[in-house]
Amino acid sequence: MTAITNQIIHVLLAITVPPLLLGVVAKTKALFAGRVGPPLLQPYYDLIRLMQKGSVFSTTTTWVFRAGPVVALVTAALAALLVPLTADSAPLSFTGDLILLAYLFGLGRFFTALAALDTGSSFEGMGAAREVTFSCLAEPAFFMGLLVLVKLSGSLQLSVMLGSTLAAHWPTAGASLALVLISWFIVLLAENSRIPFDDPNTHLELTMIHEVMVLDHSGPAYGMILYGAALKLFVFGTLIVRLALPWETGTLAADWLIFGGGILGVAVLIGIVESSMARLRLTHVPILLVAACLLSAFGIVLLVR
Amino acid sequence: MSQYIDPLLIVALSLNFVALGVSRIRAVINAVAIQGMLLGFLPVLVHGQIRLRGMLLVAVTVLLKGIIIPRFLIHAMREANVQHEVKPVVNFMSSLLLGAVGTGLAMVFASTLPLAEEHAGTLFVPASLSTVWAGFLMLTTRKKAIMQVLGYLLLENGIFLFGLLLLEAMPFLVEIGVLLDLFTCVFVMGIIIHHINREFTSIGTEQLTSLRE
Repeated sequence: MTAITNQIIHVLLAITVPPLLLGVVAKTKALFAGRVGPPLLQPYYDLIRLMQKGSVFSTTTTWVFRAGPVVALVTAALAALLVPLTADSAPLSFTGDLILLAYLFGLGRFFTALAALDTGSSFEGMGAAREVTFSCLAEPAFFMGLLVLVKLSGSLQLSVMLGSTLAAHWPTAGASLALVLISWFIVLLAENSRIPFDDPNTHLELTMIHEVMVLDHSGPAYGMILYGAALKLFVFGTLIVRLALPWETGTLAADWLIFGGGILGVAVLIGIVESSMARLRLTHVPILLVAACLLSAFGIVLLVR
Repeated sequence: MSQYIDPLLIVALSLNFVALGVSRIRAVINAVAIQGMLLGFLPVLVHGQIRLRGMLLVAVTVLLKGIIIPRFLIHAMREANVQHEVKPVVNFMSSLLLGAVGTGLAMVFASTLPLAEEHAGTLFVPASLSTVWAGFLMLTTRKKAIMQVLGYLLLENGIFLFGLLLLEAMPFLVEIGVLLDLFTCVFVMGIIIHHINREFTSIGTEQLTSLRE
């Protein structure tokens, strides 16, 4: 019974919470800057407004351009079903789903990049090239982090790797887990195009990475992209929360409270990082990503030593 | 107490990578200073209760490596008016990767060494070897004299870490002597940096090849 309740709460949260995270990040940044900032629910209003608009599609584009936002949203939503929010809440779970998780993001990114290239604008092609380049450095870091968890739990299933056994490993393999945690946070910032990798607020063409790829989308398609991006942030945030706070209290409500606090905490942390750091120069971005890879790799080395 | 040693060493190891991967000299100075201070506190953790000479060693190390030398280097940096290592011989990405390979090899090598019982499981030897390697990399691949001094400091941190294994056996005078050596070296190098800067209006050491009598 509790398993089903858990799964229902999981699906409800995965649908409703993601835009709130964007709101929390924006609010944190506003507080740091001494402004009042947009209301917490502003991303929801934006989504509703976008969904009510009409779309404009360039005549040079094909179906690929229209498929881009849909695939990005669907892959992110599927990923949100794979990752457990509390110890055993994942509705979809099977052996080897960690590979699926990584490549769902890959597929979403592939289609976003294709849609960007489909417009025929050189500017969007540039953004796509940057996004793909950086993500091919972020992916190994993510995978090596997963390897650490696989090695610890002896399972290839996300809900076991991030499940109830993880808490027992913190006292013994805490160093490796902490390294993975830092590495994954860097990956989170890179994959969701936050500062120091990319500034989600900027429209300065020379520095944009992700934002430039979605410039030609409008109306509901752009809404889907925003919502998909929020879901992606939610999934990565969940991975961080599960890794950092794997402890279980035994009661349903308390477990979900821990998760809720954790995911909001991650959003606040992103806001703090964005307020206290400047964007990295584009040529320095790969160095930080390689450093994230090295942290994860170091975690593995410490385990198998 | 000893369960804190490995996490501390991991932080120290991560600082090696900061030092290898960052171009801002100020950041590298801070990283090396923090590493020096962390390592300076290690004797307290290693030996549980330490006597007066141990305390004195900790105090002198932390003061020297964490405060005096970094202050001095920052002063030298301001004097010479350089902020960045612009183009090292081996670029930052490659030095990070080389550092990682060195750390991996240090782990492998350390596991083959016949160590004393109480040191066998810890990260002491791998951390020490890889810090030495990182220092050596910085010493040889950076062009700015001040970065080379920092590489030298990193190298010394590694050696200090190795020396901790022998803290019981090593006379106090030797430790203090090493620290004094270090201080004098940095001091002399500071003066050299000043002179290179005045002679060539830059502190790139590649200029030194054009020196004549």
